[in-house]
This record gives sequence, C-alpha cells and structure tokens, in this order.
Amino acid sequence: MNQVLKSKDLLGIKELSAPEIKFILDTAFGFKDVLKRDIKKVPTLRGRTVINLFYEPSTRTRTSFELAAKRMSTDVVNFSVSTSSVVKGESIIDTALTVQALGADIIVIRHSSSGVPHLLSHHLRASVINAGDGTNEHPTQALLDAFTIVEKKGGVKGLRIAIVGDISHSRVAKSNIYCLKKLGAEVSLIGPPTLVPKEMEALGVKVFYGMDEGMKDVDVIMMLRIQRERQGKGFFPSTEEYFRKWGLTSERLSLAKDDAIVMHPGPMNRGIEIASEVADGPKSVILDQVTNGLAVRMAVLYLLSGAS
Amino acid sequence: MRILIAAGHVIDPSQAIDGVFDILIKGRKIEGIYPKGKAPKGEIDRVIDARGMYVLPGLVDMHTHLREPGFEHKETIKTGTLAAIKAGFTSVCAMPNTMPVNDSAGITEYILQKAEEEGACAVFPIGAITKGQAGEELTDMDTMRNAGCVAFSDDGFPVEKSLLMRRALEYSKACGVPLIAHSEDLSLSAGGMMNEGLLSQTLGLGGIPNTAEETAVFRDIALSELTGARLHIAHVSTEGSVRIIRAAKSRGVKVTAETCPHYFSITEEAVKGYNTNAKVNPPLRTERDVKAIKEGLRDGAIDVIATDHAPHSKGDKMKEFDLAPSGISGLETALGLSLRLVDEGVLTLTELIRKMTVNPATILSLNKGGLKPGSDADAAIIDLKKSFNVDINQFESKGKNTPFDWWLLKGAVVVTVAGGKVHRW
Repeated sequence: MNQVLKSKDLLGIKELSAPEIKFILDTAFGFKDVLKRDIKKVPTLRGRTVINLFYEPSTRTRTSFELAAKRMSTDVVNFSVSTSSVVKGESIIDTALTVQALGADIIVIRHSSSGVPHLLSHHLRASVINAGDGTNEHPTQALLDAFTIVEKKGGVKGLRIAIVGDISHSRVAKSNIYCLKKLGAEVSLIGPPTLVPKEMEALGVKVFYGMDEGMKDVDVIMMLRIQRERQGKGFFPSTEEYFRKWGLTSERLSLAKDDAIVMHPGPMNRGIEIASEVADGPKSVILDQVTNGLAVRMAVLYLLSGAS
Repeated sequence: MRILIAAGHVIDPSQAIDGVFDILIKGRKIEGIYPKGKAPKGEIDRVIDARGMYVLPGLVDMHTHLREPGFEHKETIKTGTLAAIKAGFTSVCAMPNTMPVNDSAGITEYILQKAEEEGACAVFPIGAITKGQAGEELTDMDTMRNAGCVAFSDDGFPVEKSLLMRRALEYSKACGVPLIAHSEDLSLSAGGMMNEGLLSQTLGLGGIPNTAEETAVFRDIALSELTGARLHIAHVSTEGSVRIIRAAKSRGVKVTAETCPHYFSITEEAVKGYNTNAKVNPPLRTERDVKAIKEGLRDGAIDVIATDHAPHSKGDKMKEFDLAPSGISGLETALGLSLRLVDEGVLTLTELIRKMTVNPATILSLNKGGLKPGSDADAAIIDLKKSFNVDINQFESKGKNTPFDWWLLKGAVVVTVAGGKVHRW
C-alpha cells in the first residue's frame, strides 16, 4: 500500500488530511501531462483490475473512471446493476464480495444510500473508491474541482469561494466544503433556507440566503445542479422563481471579482441554476473540470493501487 | 416446593421495603417476607444465599418486541423471554407489530398459548389500536382485552388521523385499558434515519427533528385531556417531550411516559461510521436531550424505563443504512445501563427499581412488580459489585443488534426467579 495515503480506500474527503489531498493533486498534475500527449496511455497499472459498480445512473462519472482506468492500462469492467443479480435480491455485501472474487483490485462504487462505500470497505480487501454515495460525499468531484482551482488560480488557500444551490442534498457540495476548508479557502454557501441548513456554519463556512451578499468579491463560484423533483416537495415554489432569486446571470456574476471563475459539476440545467451566457462565457471552466476529472481519477487509481 | 431467599437486601418499592430480609416462596407464589432469620420454620427445599446481594421484584418491561408470530428469524417468544429472565425481567409486554398484527383476539390467544408452552416468564400482549396497524379502523378492543391484552398501541406506526386517535382514546375508557402512543409526526420525520442536525448533514443521512416527536406528543396529550382517557407515551427521546409531559402532569392530565436506556446512555454520535446498530426510532439524540431525559426521570415526568427491545437478525442490519430496520436489542443491557443512573446520582436505587417494576405494573394494572405475600414468585437477585462486559455472543436474544457491545456494566443478575422457578446465571 502507498505510504502517503493512510487508507486503502477513498471513502470521502472527511477521511483525508490536507497533505493527503495535496499529494493526490500533485500526482494528478503529472497525469494531466500524460493526457496532453498524442498517445494518452501509460502502462503503469497493467494487469490490475478495476470494476465500476454503479447502482445509480451515471454517464459522466462512470465514463471518466472507465477512461482513467484505461489510460492507466488496467482491465476495467462495468458491472451493470440492472442486469445483475441485484435485481434478484442479492445483498450489496454479497454482490461486492462476488465482484472481489472476480479479481477486482479496485471497486468504484456509486450508490443512492449514504455510507455504502464505508459498509463495503469493512468487508473487502479490495480498495473502495466512493464515486458518490447518497447525500454524503463525492470525493473525486471535490478533488477535480480543487485541481481546477489550483490550475486556474495557482492555489486554494485564502480564496473566497461561493457554493450555490441545494447544499443539503448535494454530495458534491459536502465534499467540496470539506476539501476547500482543509485547503484553507473561505467558503460561503448560498441558497434557499430550505436547502441550506444554517447548522453547516459549525463547519466554519458562512451561510447566505441572498446571492448579492454571498457573491460579493468571490474568486470562485460553484453552481450546483437543482433537481426539479425538489420543487414538488416544498423546497422552493417554482424553477422560475428559483432562477430569478438564485440563478447565476451575467449581472450577478459582475458582483464577483473580475477574474472570478465559474464552475459546475454537471449536468447543467440551463435557465434554472445557470444562464447559458454564463455557462458558455469566458469565466466558465466547466469543461476544464471534466478533463481534469480524468487526471484526478488516474491519480487516485494510481495511488490506491500502491504502484510505484 | 419451598424456597428461601436468605438475607438479601430486599428493595420493593411497592411496599416501601428497603433492608435485609428473608423471602419465602411456596410453589409459584411469595409466601412472605420476614426479618433476617425470622422466616417460619418448616420444610424448606432450597436456600438461596443472597447475602451481599440485592433482591428485587422481577422487572417488568412494558415495551418488548417478541416478533412472534411472523418474524421468528428475529426473535421468538421462547428466546425473547429467555433473554428477559437472564436480564432480571419476569414480565414482558409484547408489542403488536407482528405478522399478522395482534389485532384480533385469535392472535392474542395464540401469543398467550405460545407463552404458556414455551415462555420463560410472563407475557402480556399489547393489542393494536387499529386493524393491521393501518390507522383506519379500530380493533375489537374489549374482546381483545378479555382475551388478555393489557393495553393498546400501534407502536411503530403512529395513528396519524387525529380524529381516529380521539375515538380510540374515548373508546378505551369503556375497556379500562390505557393507550400507548408512538408519538411521531411522519410528515415531519419525512423518511429521516437519524437525529436532524449537523451530524445528519455531514453523514448525508436524512434527519428527524425533535419536533417530529414533540408535536405528536403534544397532540396525543391534548386528545387525552379532551377525552379524559389514560395515555402512556412510549419511548420519549427529546427535551421538548419531557417538558410537554411535565406540564401536562402538573395540570392533572392522565398521562404517563417511558423512556429507554439508549435515550439516556448514548447520543447520535453512535451513528458515526454508519453503524446500523445505532439506528433506532425515535433516533438517538444529543447530549442536551440526554440531560433532559435524566432530569425527567429524576423529577417524575418520566415514570417508566422500558427496553423497546427490538431484535433484528444480522442480515437485516448488515445493510445500507437507509434500508436497515430500526431497533436495538435492549433486554440484556437494560438493567446494567439503568444502574448507571444510580451511580450518577440521577436516581436512588429504589426510585430506579420503581420505574422498572411497580410503575409499569400499575400503569397496565398487572398484578406484578412487587414481592407482597400471595403475589407471583418473581424476583431478581443482583450483585451490584459484579461488573460484566456486554457480549452479544452471550445474548439469549436472537437479536445481537446493540450499540453497547463490549460496554463494561455493573450489576450482574445472579439469579432470576420466574413464577417460582429458579434460574441461576
């Protein structure tokens, strides 16, 4: 096992120290160079097996992990849940043990229940990578976001970063809060009181209900996807009102610093949380995030596989 | 068969006894309590030396899930009552959320017959308030009372419709039985899995606010006040509930309340690491609530310590946190955890035993929970000096689901006498 990462698993940012986060990012910068080459593939993890175990529909994250694994020359398999014995009522632990018995060195898990990666990590020798669990964490997304910020801003420490939207149900927001705080940023959370719990301030962040106060002089704006289902449950009255109050428009963006960057984990709802002119505008780094996701996931696979 | 329990320190709050006495048991009944060495001479078949020990009335648990019929892989009447006597309990009240639900006299009779054949101690069924616990139609309360139900509850499922709860309370007055309310506003708990707060946010688990319990406690008390019916609030977990119950009692509402050892022993912190053995409904709360529960026990706002013994199989609990069922296997840790209240100065030993014997027996009109001559020979002999490590592998219960595994507890049960039958542990 690698000497720098203490755990065999990547369960969440909560479980990582700041030096561990920095080490992953440093490693990822090396792999970003690989991605710029003509032949974007290294033999580093030849013979290793990565299995993607996705219990939730996901295209971008799964594809990103799959490509990252292929760039490292691993054998990577997508274990498709709908066609598996899961539908026959097999317990998740039994499924994971089966996947391990097939020879998986690393299992990448996405699940709608918070804590599933933790549950599996108790039962598996293989490394477990959390690719998003319920409303808990999505650690590789936070790492690729931090990577992108470092790439664009030279560092994270001291930056003012606003995260806007449904914080309460967002694993992306949670992982980002832990990650950015550990790296020394000033973090504010903006959104409706129904979706931004005030008790989060105990984590050392500021909570704002209005965009104008929260956006002032920020260096980075992270928009979150708003799920339309929340509308019917009383979290906010309509997507129209949501956009009017919390949507990121050019006008609101002008409150931020001149050199501010706009991020979004995708998939975007144009016209609900973000205006197209902003999403496609010069400050948007949304597609860079996607590219950087590959480098970060290559780094995570590399470090957890203990290769040298 | 005559048995002498000799020279133990007898605590029986039902008759204000607190001192060293001899107890004579004849057959299934208590023959008498006598000053040390003063028991009438005559043929004695067995002497239990209780010197240095405390002799208590057999404990009464008014909130037990025995799981039979229907969920025998979790617990049976046999294993549940064995767990009970090992833990000093000699009377358990079986909650109706079995399969089928105990919502008719036939099921009640089945439970009592099973208990007669296989039970290690007395079993008192609690009937469902509504058929199938579906919250729509009242059960045949009086018929079921005649069959042996001692109270009615939809435990696990609150009666959501306020009008139906009102009717149930009104009707129960004709049957002379209390209703036991699982007070929860389901629309506020909204599928939550643990206490709502920063920790639920950082674990990504849906939260259940204190208010989900408190608004329902308030409603149920208001309905009890309106109807004049006897109401017992089950498993109180929050500071606000204690306050609401205390205020109701002070204006004379016929309300009583229970809490469970886990609500005064641990907090939501136990959930960390997605420990499904700490998933329970109502959820484990905060330090502030724990403090308020203890204060409620101390000042009498809370009358009873019950276990809410909710055994589950390993497979049931070894799951995704949101899919795992709620509940703690509580019988075999209840006394040890409760005795900590005596060490902490919250309750005297007598007050504690009162809340685990005569108080629940009085609420349910059971002829149990005391050592009066002529009453059933139910007693527990405990060694307060003896500590033990909780060990789920030693549990008699099939349910090994406890967050207290390997806790060091004081006050080992040495002997239980259940219906005149002596069990030495």
